Amino acid sequence: MNETQTSWTTYLLIYVALLGLLAATVAVAYLDLGWLNTALALGIAVIKALLIMLFFMHLRHSSRITWVVAGAGFFWLAILVLLSLGDFLTRIWV
Amino acid sequence: MSERQALVGNSAPHHEQRRDTDVMGMWIFLGTEVLFFGVLFTGYAVYRALHPAAFAEASRHLNATLGAANTAILLTSSFFVALAIWAARRDRRRLLLTFLLLTMVLGLAFLGLKGFEYFQEFQENLLPLPWLTFAYEGQYPQQGRLFFNLYLTMTGFHALHLLIGALLLGLFSLLAWRGFFRKGHTLPLELLGLYWHFVDVVWVFLFPLLYLIDRT
Repeated sequence: MNETQTSWTTYLLIYVALLGLLAATVAVAYLDLGWLNTALALGIAVIKALLIMLFFMHLRHSSRITWVVAGAGFFWLAILVLLSLGDFLTRIWV
Repeated sequence: MSERQALVGNSAPHHEQRRDTDVMGMWIFLGTEVLFFGVLFTGYAVYRALHPAAFAEASRHLNATLGAANTAILLTSSFFVALAIWAARRDRRRLLLTFLLLTMVLGLAFLGLKGFEYFQEFQENLLPLPWLTFAYEGQYPQQGRLFFNLYLTMTGFHALHLLIGALLLGLFSLLAWRGFFRKGHTLPLELLGLYWHFVDVVWVFLFPLLYLIDRT
């Protein structure tokens, strides 16, 4: 087996960070910050997802081809969401 | 040795490459899951962008406390499954078994809370199912119904994925108990872990997008 072994203390640290980010998500939701609410909610979710993927899913220690595959899925999703929103949100211009 | 082994060899670098390939293959499968959930998220994104006030109102009908509790449950379960693999890699069978079972129990707890939530919504007539009444209290009943359709579909499919994961965890617990995942033979366990973490990541996005649109 080649995989670099992650220590259980690292997992614990990431877990605590994730719980902290969850608390932050909930706390921020009850404050009125206008457009920042959505940006923060999504931003925190992305950070949580990255922590889970890099550490719990061992992406940090995976091969580069795996990085490409993992990235490709989300890159595709970004295109789908952004272009769809681009379409619908600009229909009033036509 | 098999013909294939004779051709490609039995060396450590070869084992490493096969392992990397298997992991990559699992990520390709997870990529298809991103496709699957992605289109649901896109539908949500478009309709929320077109009806922001309506979606904010509808979101407030959901129980954010239950949603947050479920998020904490899933995050803990991801932590536990990572520890299970940690234990497996060090040949600590009892620890492996404990963490696998704990992960499964947490997954089932999530499903239990989700079911209770659905039941609450059923009682409030908020489930837009054809054979039920849908009685929405708010300014935007049409978009409210749309929101609840998205909510039910997205969390429903997520719950289905979770159930499959929990069942597999049960099966793998049995296999672990029988000694299948010794040090050096942990790959299937790690791939199941990848699936479980992915289901967690989906929920990490579902929770704020559905439950926390506007709670001010």
